[in-house]
Amino acid sequence: MSAAAAAFVEATVRTATPLALAALGEVVVERAGVMNISLEGVILGGAFGALVGASHGGLFAGYAAALGCGVLLALVFGLFAIAFRADQIITGTAVTLLAVGLTGTLYRALYGTTGAALSIPTSGPRAVPWLSSVPVVGSGFFNQPSVTYTAYVAIPIVWWWMYRTHAGLALRAIGEAPAAAAAAGVRVDRVRWMAITFGGVMGGLAGATLVLAQAGTFAEGMSAGRGFIAIAIVVVGRWHPIGIALAALMFGAASALQFLLQALGLALPYQLFLALPYVLTLAALAGVAGRVQAPAWLARTDDA
Amino acid sequence: MISAASRSRWISFGVLTGLALGVGALLRASGFAVGPALDALARGSLGSWYAIGSGTLVRATPLILTGLAVAVAFRAGVFNIGAEGQFLVGATGGTAIALTMHSAPAVLLIPAILIAGACAGAAWAWIAAVLRARFHVLEVISTIMLNFLAAYLVSYLVRGPMQEPTHIYPQTVSIANAARLPRFGGQTRLHIGFVIAVLACLATWWAIRYTAGGFRLRAVGANPHAARTAGQIDVDRVSTRAFLASGALAGLAGAIEVCGVTYALYENISPGYGYTAIAVALLARLNAAAVIATGILFGALEAGAAAMQRDAGVPSVVVSVVEAGIILALVAAQRTQIRLGATSA
Repeated sequence: MSAAAAAFVEATVRTATPLALAALGEVVVERAGVMNISLEGVILGGAFGALVGASHGGLFAGYAAALGCGVLLALVFGLFAIAFRADQIITGTAVTLLAVGLTGTLYRALYGTTGAALSIPTSGPRAVPWLSSVPVVGSGFFNQPSVTYTAYVAIPIVWWWMYRTHAGLALRAIGEAPAAAAAAGVRVDRVRWMAITFGGVMGGLAGATLVLAQAGTFAEGMSAGRGFIAIAIVVVGRWHPIGIALAALMFGAASALQFLLQALGLALPYQLFLALPYVLTLAALAGVAGRVQAPAWLARTDDA
Repeated sequence: MISAASRSRWISFGVLTGLALGVGALLRASGFAVGPALDALARGSLGSWYAIGSGTLVRATPLILTGLAVAVAFRAGVFNIGAEGQFLVGATGGTAIALTMHSAPAVLLIPAILIAGACAGAAWAWIAAVLRARFHVLEVISTIMLNFLAAYLVSYLVRGPMQEPTHIYPQTVSIANAARLPRFGGQTRLHIGFVIAVLACLATWWAIRYTAGGFRLRAVGANPHAARTAGQIDVDRVSTRAFLASGALAGLAGAIEVCGVTYALYENISPGYGYTAIAVALLARLNAAAVIATGILFGALEAGAAAMQRDAGVPSVVVSVVEAGIILALVAAQRTQIRLGATSA
């Protein structure tokens, strides 16, 4: 039983890691009043970048290329959403479509249409001494690939930055009232560009996690809606880094249920398990309705 | 000092030029021969009457209807990104009726299938509409989640309850002849679904322009606050109805695809029509009549891309890049009049 529980915790953290990373980037973007729906495309681009980088230059190159691709796509979004003040929802959808097309074309060109299994270096789990030997939860939380620990570190840092520094205050002010922030001397567009870049880094890292720390390969469309789920996690986590971490874990746990249920040998169609994360997202969004407050200026283009 | 209009024209010109060069460079970098690829693209879309009728216009039919679905929703300020899922559910509903009523005469059966498809699409959209109106769930997220759910639903059905009796292929049995839409003559694959799509566009164009309901839809889309306070319009009701109408059109597209083209339900029955539909609607500037033209344009693009994949080995997914570029050029140029309706919570 404790082995099953440990496996459950491990699967929870594994599922939650890319979601938490992506959501942590998105919350910074949204607190600046920008909704980056292209997060899905950023993750996909990051995943593809990770594949190309890792298969040519090893693990480190994989992570670097993933971040590069993530930032690049995020900047395309920024060019239209910030510089041209185009509608953010439509721009984000288009950038996601762009990422689907680019990664699909390049993947088939570089690796053939068969999608043959590629062997690329992956980052295996690294046990944290002492902590990983805590019963039940220890190995689940502290015997993970290093990128998971990056998330553990990033969560409190983003919280601290957002709520305890002047720059974080400026960011939150932009999301609530950009004109007022501008009047107070905050350079609204510059902060938004930086936020979007950070969102690209985190989205790219989430994509790299999928390829380099989990699947060990790339598949077309492998982001599978995680970008949209991460955006939902931002809502459920009430635009707060700690809330997002908890929401991502809750989400991971609910998704990990599928392994538990399958282990029990219930004769349910497998599509039901695959559909679970999407049903959960809808249920969670409906569940928090009326109890959360979005940044007042989120996704508006009429500020400056 | 240049005017805003000419600035945005320059931006979109720049984006489109960049797009053309970018796609060419992408193909070159990927090791494809650009010349033969473009040649295949042209031949497959407009190269012959057969290509126009059986390629472009057949492809255009679902794009016109889903594009119309997106246009109706966007006009009301509803960001329905879920035409893909509504299309799949509509195809499923239509197939279910076609298979259960298989002995009915065509004159009864075909209308029943099309109505079932539209109802199924509207029902799927209704989930997101309720989540939006009652719970303030951002419809962009909910409709995308529903797209994934629809894909898994189809996957389950064609591998489970609705699978053909030999249980070898993940698809349903072929629908009866009486359930198939009539074609124009023996040679072409063009079916009367195309006419239905065109008529739907014209009817919707008229309704949006000349009826009270159409006026309310435009008012809510232009400014929901003003519509509520000055026009005493029930904004939630109007946007919910627009959402349902949008879902019904996308569902109709799915049913028409089954009884006009595929004659069976299977996974991946839609190569992303619901997403291309966004480009179709935006290029038409959300004008229901103009959707006919933009739907045919994208139909040509997709038919050409299919030929490009077949003859020149260029993956047809490259069309997504083109579509994305066109959408970006348009939003940069137009600063589209649509506004975000209900933000999440």
